[in-house]
Amino acid sequence: MIPLLEVTDLATHFATRNGALKAVDGVSFSIAEGEIIGLVGESGSGKSVTGFSILGLIDPPGRIVGGSVKLKGRELVGLSARELRAIRGREIAMVFQDPSATLNPVLTIGTQMRLALEAHGSVSESEARARSAEVLERVGIPDAARRLDAHPHQFSGGMRQRVAIAIALLNRPKLIICDEPTTALDVSIQAQILTEMRDLAREFGTAMIWISHDLATVSSIASRLLVMYAGRIIEEGPVANVLRQPQHPYTAGLLASLPANAERGMDLVQIPGSTPSLFDLPPGCAFQPRCDRRSPACVVMPELTSGGLGRRRRCHHPLNGGSA
Amino acid sequence: MLGFMIQRLLQALVVMLVISALVFVGVYAVGNPIDVLISPDATQQIREAAIKAYGLDQPLWKQYIDFLGRLIQGDFGRSFLYNMPVLDLIGSRIPATLELTLVAVLGATLLGVPLGMYAGYRPDSIASRLIMTLSIFGFSVPTFWIGLVLIFTFAVQLGWLPAGNRGETATLFGVEWSFLTANGWKHMLLPALNLSLFKFAMMVRLARAGTREIMLTDTVRFARAAGESEFTILRRHVLRLISIPIVTVFGLEFGSTMAFAVVTETIFSWPGVGKLIIDSISSLDRPVMVAYLMLVAFFFIVINLLVDLSYAALDPRLRTRRAA
Amino acid sequence: MTDSTPLARFWSEFRTNKVAVCALFVVIAIVLIALAAPLIAPQNPYDLGTLVLMDARRPPGFVGTKGFTHWLGTDAQGRDLLSAILYGLRISIQIGIIAGGIAFALGVTLGTFAAYFGGRIEALIMRIIDLQLSFPAILLALVLAALLGQGKGPLIAALVTAQYAYFARTAHGAASSERSKEYVEAALSTPLAPTRVVFRHILPNCLPPLIVVATVQIANSIALEATLSFLGLGLPVSEPSLGMLISNGFQYMLSGRYWISIYPGVALIILIVAINLVGDQIRDQLNPRLRR
Repeated sequence: MIPLLEVTDLATHFATRNGALKAVDGVSFSIAEGEIIGLVGESGSGKSVTGFSILGLIDPPGRIVGGSVKLKGRELVGLSARELRAIRGREIAMVFQDPSATLNPVLTIGTQMRLALEAHGSVSESEARARSAEVLERVGIPDAARRLDAHPHQFSGGMRQRVAIAIALLNRPKLIICDEPTTALDVSIQAQILTEMRDLAREFGTAMIWISHDLATVSSIASRLLVMYAGRIIEEGPVANVLRQPQHPYTAGLLASLPANAERGMDLVQIPGSTPSLFDLPPGCAFQPRCDRRSPACVVMPELTSGGLGRRRRCHHPLNGGSA
Repeated sequence: MLGFMIQRLLQALVVMLVISALVFVGVYAVGNPIDVLISPDATQQIREAAIKAYGLDQPLWKQYIDFLGRLIQGDFGRSFLYNMPVLDLIGSRIPATLELTLVAVLGATLLGVPLGMYAGYRPDSIASRLIMTLSIFGFSVPTFWIGLVLIFTFAVQLGWLPAGNRGETATLFGVEWSFLTANGWKHMLLPALNLSLFKFAMMVRLARAGTREIMLTDTVRFARAAGESEFTILRRHVLRLISIPIVTVFGLEFGSTMAFAVVTETIFSWPGVGKLIIDSISSLDRPVMVAYLMLVAFFFIVINLLVDLSYAALDPRLRTRRAA
Repeated sequence: MTDSTPLARFWSEFRTNKVAVCALFVVIAIVLIALAAPLIAPQNPYDLGTLVLMDARRPPGFVGTKGFTHWLGTDAQGRDLLSAILYGLRISIQIGIIAGGIAFALGVTLGTFAAYFGGRIEALIMRIIDLQLSFPAILLALVLAALLGQGKGPLIAALVTAQYAYFARTAHGAASSERSKEYVEAALSTPLAPTRVVFRHILPNCLPPLIVVATVQIANSIALEATLSFLGLGLPVSEPSLGMLISNGFQYMLSGRYWISIYPGVALIILIVAINLVGDQIRDQLNPRLRR
């Protein structure tokens, strides 16, 4: 069966004065229909750029320099602007981090939803209102029909993000890319939105790519986890499996540094060193200078190899029984 | 809203008072007005009689109160030069200035905003560079010199358009207007072009800067991710967002354009208030100067008030804050 | 990234804009030419004795009775236009810089002290300045020039009045945002004199936006001076600035003698455009919101 989305060797670089910045460098993964995957990494690891690359939303000086993105077998890289536009919002939608920045402050919610509908065929005013109200109701906005005439600033932060999610759901896309949609919200609302999004995805049969720096959030919604570091995927596998038995030392470090995993009274564990600059990557494995398992072999870039049970990792010296 | 209006009106009143005091001191107290009022070889008796008649023997504050009292009754005195009531004189000249200014500012906005938006949308294209070069010239080249060049080119050398005066007028609401006749338009074209060039440059820059900033925001990215076309994004999102500063400048510039009409009217012998004030300045016709300055101040205050009100109409965030 | 001082870094970025570099070169060249005007001009246009009325209103390239070629023609008094333009540039630049400098000093002082003192004083000063800003500069200058009479002093006073408010506004904006920062609070809590805090800590951090305003305002005051002179409210006829040369040529333009007005205008425009181009680049470089 063809996967819903298949990304192969995707590479997105940014031309800068100091040479090409390889924000995404050879990323491959696939998603089945209705599947929720988590894309985890620190800022600068390339997780957001991966999300934008799928939709072809990379602004100059950035450019997709290689690889392929296939939606149900159809190649998206290299499509014309018009063809890409027909896919955005209709096949693949996106939700961003900060709803107060994404929604247009001077247009009513109803207008913004109508613009999103009109992008994919003409609709009458009353039809647009009816459909918008219906979706708003679904994402948990009470009194939706009346709220269509409100402006974004009249909603709370959580409600605003629900509006953005409603706009993304409006054309019933097959896939929604969520770029840290709960990061800007209060903790209590984060959990709410998370649960609602999972239920909505199930209900609409929508697949999701959940991008986040927060391992805990992602693992509560996704079934499969992809961990990125310095523009590459370094570990992949079913969530429960990866959390229980990380195979890449970086994932293990991330897990150990979660406060929930700390032992009472002990210092929190930190990964030594800091994220390398993308301009100045060490040879071979990008994590190797910070890794306590490194060996001379690590100056050669390890391949993403299978570690059993649907798992892959990019490491010469994997943990937890995955012998190299 | 009502409270806000009353507060603004009171402020306006105070401002008018302050300006009237400044104008009074500036125009009447600098230099000796009596030298201007009567011939230098008048006898001492005539002199003293005149001083008494004009109230110049009173202390300055008393003179100012009298002056204010006359203003409130609508008595701005008589023009020395034209020997008619100042208010009638200015009233007869205002329509000419008003129509010239309106045509210039409207033309500059209708042309400048789309071009500026394009320059902000594609900042590196050749057309954008051309637009920006044009705007730098419009900004830098003094209005009066452009006026000369326009006359030299289109009136003297090519003989296409007249070099001065209003041309034929037609009556509407009991007032003579040039824009109602073809010949009037022919006469208005060059001065309006001359007057609009600076405003055009300003609108281009304003629209460009706003568009450039907004194109980088998540609002635009989100609209793109929803599949909206670039044209829709520019027309519905960007234009709406930059309209707030543009309306402000439109309002404020309308006032300053009326003031700048001084130069254009002088060059093109356009019989408006600008020409009148230059004539009265060179002949030290003080009552006309005072009335003109008070009128301009009044105009500015009214425009500022209108701009503030249109803010509320354009920016829903302000509307609710004030209503609250 | 490798450059050490901020100035060197600024220059290395400035250098990438070829147009701005050319413009800067033009500005420097014009200033040098204007400074050297008495040495290089073929004639002293203010020395009425050297003017020959027979040579008046001659087209460019005319060889006058004094034996030298008038490359740009002559004006209505028989002045060599090239010389008049060189001297005119000198006056324009001089007045632009003096008026700009005084407006800068006055405006920045008012703006920073308003921000520094806060409260009623700040409210009063800034209200007056806002009021003035909402009023067109050209009118203020016009009325002042009319009331004070002709001459350099009144003209500069008019220009300063028309412009200081822009500096005050900018300085106030920058200074009040600096004022609220913690390092200033910290400096104020020490026994340092307040003026020292203003000059040592607040002012240097307000400089970037002020530099941008200053370039624009110098260009503006040159243009405004020309406009006032054109309207007959600027300098006396014996010292023709560029604006007055253009004004004098206006009446002859209708009969096709374009050069008296056109060439001084071209000189004026080259100067103003060049200053504005330099200012534009500085503004773009200092605008943090366009940085990627």
